[in-house]
Amino acid sequence: MDNFITSLLGENILTFVLVTVPVIAFVAVFALYAVLGERKISAWMQNRVGPNRVGKGGVLQTIIDGLKLIQKEFVSPIRADKYIFNLAPIIVFTAAFMGFAVIPFSSIFIGADLNLGLFYFFAITSLGVIGLMIAGWSSNNKYSLYGAVRSVSQIVSYEIPTALAAIPVVMLAGSLSMQTIIHEQAGGILNWYIFGGPGAISKLILFPFMLTSAVILFISTLAETNRTPFDIVEADSEIVAGVHIEYSGMKFAMFFFAEYAQMFAVAAIVSTLFLGGWQSPFGDLIPFLNNPWIQFGWAISKGLLLVFVQIWLRWTLPRLRVDQLMTVCWKFLIPITLIDLFIIGLYAVL
Amino acid sequence: MFSDYGQIFVFMLVAIAFVLVAFISAIILSPRKPNISKDATYECGEDTVGDTWLRFNFRFYVVALIFIIFDVEIIFLFPWAVVFKELGMFAFLEMVVFLFILILGFVYAWAKGDLVWDKPSPIIPKLDRQIFKAD
Repeated sequence: MDNFITSLLGENILTFVLVTVPVIAFVAVFALYAVLGERKISAWMQNRVGPNRVGKGGVLQTIIDGLKLIQKEFVSPIRADKYIFNLAPIIVFTAAFMGFAVIPFSSIFIGADLNLGLFYFFAITSLGVIGLMIAGWSSNNKYSLYGAVRSVSQIVSYEIPTALAAIPVVMLAGSLSMQTIIHEQAGGILNWYIFGGPGAISKLILFPFMLTSAVILFISTLAETNRTPFDIVEADSEIVAGVHIEYSGMKFAMFFFAEYAQMFAVAAIVSTLFLGGWQSPFGDLIPFLNNPWIQFGWAISKGLLLVFVQIWLRWTLPRLRVDQLMTVCWKFLIPITLIDLFIIGLYAVL
Repeated sequence: MFSDYGQIFVFMLVAIAFVLVAFISAIILSPRKPNISKDATYECGEDTVGDTWLRFNFRFYVVALIFIIFDVEIIFLFPWAVVFKELGMFAFLEMVVFLFILILGFVYAWAKGDLVWDKPSPIIPKLDRQIFKAD
């Protein structure tokens, strides 16, 4: 198998459950500290202090927030459709978490190394939109419905540039399996797919096209996770909070959790496809840094770096209007990715 | 014993269990004091007016239709991308022809104006006289 837990303890039902434990622990800890990190980073960017009362420098702030949310009453509005209203947070979180099954954390740890890994990831994370749709529909609230309609059109539109920007890597690697894609990028920073992948020095002419694909993948995954500048789904100033409006307490916390889990998931996908995933940038120069346990550090720190860029963009750019959002997607990103696809395909086939 | 998809299934169960544990502990720990105004639909503090099922822009449907065409294309692109190096120039040209036909449809939708969204056209008031005169 493809992870150290099953190779250590053999394959049985217990190890299949154990494999998920580090992943869900990572998601929980990451979400708690990404929320705090986001508040702190936004505070520094706006010349404020940020949360600093609970624990030393505010380190316990989100844990206390979670404890507060858990004590809040479990409200379902009278006019809401109760069953699917409560089902929506489950679907949204499950879809976000199932994406983590194919994210490689190290050469010795991945939830399930599917041969369809990348395809599975796009398929399963786009299921989250069903959760958002039924959340907006069942709340029976005008703002929620508007938020849901916007979220569907946005996520559905940006799914196309996401997939089209990922396909050049699949063409060069000849595989959809996440571990194979990373193994192809072994041997230092110049073999990462952002520099054209492994091969002779002439591959460097691919660099501008791969860079375009990487940036487009990053932008469109930002839209898929409903982060600013693409957060017209939530748009606090026009539709209050979109689909989240009737959710409170733990139900709201699950939407929040799912959003932060997805932030890391898409950052990990960008780093897997273009930045070598768990590969050390020094390649074989420093063999010690290729240790399977150090690879965890590379995978997570590359992911965190991209998450930082997401947060940075959120506090730098204003929100796009609906018409700008659609124009960016359909008239710029999709034609550019198609041209990219053509040029990289031509290079690979010649 | 299990396939990789069995592992995926375990991931799904764990995610659902995580949410359910959070929900159940919230139900146990939280108070229950429902009242009419708390359970009413939120509308910025006002009483709700009219029906929830408002009309929205039909372009959302057009976008969904164009999306379906492109999504089918992407489903074909993924398996092609995995093997096209072995298949060589022939497969590449075939995909170019396939994409060309799809892009024709896309260009048609673009030219017909289905991708143009209403832009806001604010009326900026004009002043006939200068308020502040620069000396």
